Amino acid sequence: MIPAPFDYVAPSTVDEAVRALADAGEDAKVLAGGQSLLPVLRMRLAAPTTVVDLGKIGELKGVRDEGDAVVIGAMTTHYDVQRDPLVHDHALLLARATDTVADPQVRHRGTFGGSLAHADPAGDLLAPALALDAEMVVQGTGGRRTVSAAEFFQDFFTTSLAPEDILVEVRVPKHTGWSAHYEKFNRVAQAWSMVAVAATVRAEGGTIAEARIGLTNMASIPVRATAVEQALVGRSADAETIRAAAEHAAEGTSPTVDGNADVEYRQHLAKVLTGRAVESAMAG
Amino acid sequence: MTAMAEPEVGRARVRKEDERLITGRTRWTDNIALPGLVHMAFLRSPTAHARITAIDTSAAKEMPGVIAVYTGDDLDPGGEVGMPNAWPITPDQKTPRRPMLAQGTVNFAGEAVAVVIARSAAEAEDALAEIDVDYDDLPVVLGVDDAVADGAPLVHEDMGTNTSAEWIFDSAEAGSGGDVQQAISSSEVVVTRRFRQQRLVPAFMEPRSVVVDPTAPQLTMWSATQVPHILKTMVAMTLGLPEHQVRVIAPDVGGGFGGKLAVTPEECAAVVVAQKLGKPVKWTESRSETMVSAHHGRDQMQDITISASRDGTITGLKVDLLADMGAYLGIVGGGVPVLGAFMFNAIYKIPAYRFSCTTVFTNTTLTDAYRGAGRPEATFAIERIMDELAAELGMDPMELREKNWIKHDEFPYTTVSTLTYDSGNYEAATAKAMQLFDYDGLRREQRERRERGDRVQLGIGISTFTEMCGLAPSRVLGSLDYGAGGWEHAAIRMLPTGKVEVVTGASPHGQGHETAWSQIVADQLGVGFDDIEILHGDTQSSHKGLDTYGSRSLTVGGIAVVKAAEKVIAKARKVAAHLMEASEDDLEFADGKFTVRGTDTSTAIQDVALAVFAAHDLPEGVEPTLDSEAVFDPENFSFPHGTHLCATEVDTETGRVRLRSYVCVDDIGKVINPLIVEGQMHGGLAQGVAQALFEEAVYDEFGTLTSGTFADYLVPSTMDLPSFTTDRTETAATSNPLGVKGVGEAGTIASTPAVVNAVVDAVRHHGVDDIEMPLSPMRVWRAVHKGDAAAGGPGAEAGGGLGSIDSAHGGAQ
Repeated sequence: MIPAPFDYVAPSTVDEAVRALADAGEDAKVLAGGQSLLPVLRMRLAAPTTVVDLGKIGELKGVRDEGDAVVIGAMTTHYDVQRDPLVHDHALLLARATDTVADPQVRHRGTFGGSLAHADPAGDLLAPALALDAEMVVQGTGGRRTVSAAEFFQDFFTTSLAPEDILVEVRVPKHTGWSAHYEKFNRVAQAWSMVAVAATVRAEGGTIAEARIGLTNMASIPVRATAVEQALVGRSADAETIRAAAEHAAEGTSPTVDGNADVEYRQHLAKVLTGRAVESAMAG
Repeated sequence: MTAMAEPEVGRARVRKEDERLITGRTRWTDNIALPGLVHMAFLRSPTAHARITAIDTSAAKEMPGVIAVYTGDDLDPGGEVGMPNAWPITPDQKTPRRPMLAQGTVNFAGEAVAVVIARSAAEAEDALAEIDVDYDDLPVVLGVDDAVADGAPLVHEDMGTNTSAEWIFDSAEAGSGGDVQQAISSSEVVVTRRFRQQRLVPAFMEPRSVVVDPTAPQLTMWSATQVPHILKTMVAMTLGLPEHQVRVIAPDVGGGFGGKLAVTPEECAAVVVAQKLGKPVKWTESRSETMVSAHHGRDQMQDITISASRDGTITGLKVDLLADMGAYLGIVGGGVPVLGAFMFNAIYKIPAYRFSCTTVFTNTTLTDAYRGAGRPEATFAIERIMDELAAELGMDPMELREKNWIKHDEFPYTTVSTLTYDSGNYEAATAKAMQLFDYDGLRREQRERRERGDRVQLGIGISTFTEMCGLAPSRVLGSLDYGAGGWEHAAIRMLPTGKVEVVTGASPHGQGHETAWSQIVADQLGVGFDDIEILHGDTQSSHKGLDTYGSRSLTVGGIAVVKAAEKVIAKARKVAAHLMEASEDDLEFADGKFTVRGTDTSTAIQDVALAVFAAHDLPEGVEPTLDSEAVFDPENFSFPHGTHLCATEVDTETGRVRLRSYVCVDDIGKVINPLIVEGQMHGGLAQGVAQALFEEAVYDEFGTLTSGTFADYLVPSTMDLPSFTTDRTETAATSNPLGVKGVGEAGTIASTPAVVNAVVDAVRHHGVDDIEMPLSPMRVWRAVHKGDAAAGGPGAEAGGGLGSIDSAHGGAQ
């Protein structure tokens, strides 16, 4: 469990980091909180020539208010996201999902941006980012650009980030006053989600005015359950409506098969958990 | 100590070893650093079965820091060295040679093929990638049913079979009971099941590690082992070393659960490499290496048939096991399932019994002892089938057990498998458990949930278990062809300042021997708990012993300590009488003082120790020492028992199982330290629950372990477990002077069937009568759904709703 040898760079600005990546070529890896990269290195599933550590770049950390959006620095730890009042007030779904990430030790080291850039379909923050229409602010050799969550996630462990790109921050449009719930299903408490459902809704009186549903681990990328959303909007939030809407949850999904679940069971779970997620979100 | 001193035995003392263990201020094997130390790394086979056609180590030898690279032929040119199997279960058992490094063929994925020695562990590991091995794949043998099928490919071609041995016990032949076939064919009710004991990984906390220093005539080996004494003798025999020139030290060891009851290829290779190089060497494995190369546990197919009369009286029990040994036999190997032979009849009066066990080779990591070793497997099968029999009879499962168990006034009782249970009180433990559990209240809630069709169904599981502890009476081991005895050694040294050193042959690796032994000695000698040091694990100071496994430390090793203390007192009595000018017969010994009966004249044992040290004035013919040693060989096993009750909530929509409550009332005899007992129970329960719900070592069709990390091999944490309610009854063992029985494996043995019985009970009305372990949500959900379909309920229509599930993926999997 000793990584293969690599060069280590710890730049202090994003510009330097981008340059370091460009200089290192294709076999470089970015180190954020290290919660996924270090096991991969130690098991020698990856052997990068250079590791660029973002840990010393202060500008990548923290949460700020930018009018219609909450902006979360890519190197903000899960623990800091969890506790942040802006996240709580304007992106409650993200706070709820972050609560379920691994254990306290991981939440103190792991970062929001690192988790998104790693793009593990079983990761818990991808579906909330998608459901909340988050935008990724990316810096590469050609400067900064913004990528929507829908474009960002491309395949298993694959994003639209180029080798020299760094995910700088994530702009989460404010969902002020929306209720939210993250319904996670796993075999043991500290395991990845077999399936999870991120649900956030805005109610007006007893009616669902808006709904966003994201699914974790139901495809190679996070999936938006748009058919469920459509079946909920404009309806009264009663148990029957929710149950009927949740029946659409597996539409358009293509989950993987592993020892814990096959396709049929995952799709079944997606329906059951979607119903429960929406119910819990409505219950506040 | 004053005359009013509270006895140490029975006190919930915090363990004296914990401070150094918890703060890390101790020395594990991997912390050992010696001048000139070099490091080893093993190249392991990625393939499960192949002929090795070539190994090219030349590039690896050129890597930075590399000192040497060796193959199997380099370490053992004659191909003569094989790891020991100490328990040939039959005279004609087939025992393939298990080399240090594969020679000719690899027989499981993870088998070591070459070893690199380098200045640092990192350089050794870097060089592994430069070794080029050509493998010529052979057919892979997986699963016991396939392995014993006609025409199956062979793991070891030269043996001509995949069967290692067949071991049979028949009560008609033994004269301990009737003919089981006759009993079954003439019985009113017969229930047959096939249970699968999945393969488990012992998952000790500290990975295995070994350091060998060959630079003195007496070679020293440090190893993270449970068995330093066995290791010393076995390494000497295996490698042809003079035993007196081998010293083995097990420093603090971070858990074992049977997984470190082993003599490993890596330990032996370390000795050979150290001797070749003349330098001290170290190897510490990664967790990934543990998973593929340290021995696994369980892995049996159990065909079990029970017969009874309509009123619930058991008439016969027949068991046929296929036990997967993996590619080789470990040190105890086939003995593990054979131990189970004596436990299938459990606490019940069974008039006819037959047990057969076939040990089978496959291209997988070998299996050997894992917490309980044979007894959990047996307990699972009997306690599961008792519930199935109860369902068949329409009887309450506890009522069925009560009807058949040995009554408290029937002890000592000789069972159909020929063991004599010395004591027990199943009625008392059960009554207490039923009350703590609120059995009647939970049954009421279960009915209500069923009636209203609640999506969460409640189930109740029972396990009324016993086990055989204190391995073992040497004569019994002899009768089972085991290669050694089962005694244990202890010595007590009385120091001039009144302090006491206790040497034990038991070898702790997390159990708390230092605390418990101190409590025992404090009471025996009347010295302070803190004035006692326990020495263990170093064959130089603790020169004699048979180590720790099979819940033997207290019931065998602890008794040896008592016997040694008695000898110390006997020696001290002579001296004390002389010092006080009294007759020995007039002395009373209590609370550490010899008192002349009817007077105030007394002398403390510490004063006697000092007087003996000075030796100025001793009685004629008395040697100037109080130091004493004793070896205790038990006459019988001890038989802890208990009643475990588990309530589970099963979410029928998702298949998720939640443990609602768990109550166990165990009778482990006299308790030395209730806090240690509590710890053993909680840890044991967690491991037993883990087998029921979470853990499984899974191989794919190529023989690759797919659950090779803790991301896939699911060890539960406290988050996944309920708050256990543990309690005790106390029926003293009659087989030893302390009345103790052993607690190291009780929780693991008892809990697995309690949990599975509870889950099956929760969904039995869906037509479910078994679910394969581990009871994953998918398996439970499938079982519920399949049951619905079979009963013509929702999903029975082809292509409709849940009935559209691909039949290839249906059923428990």
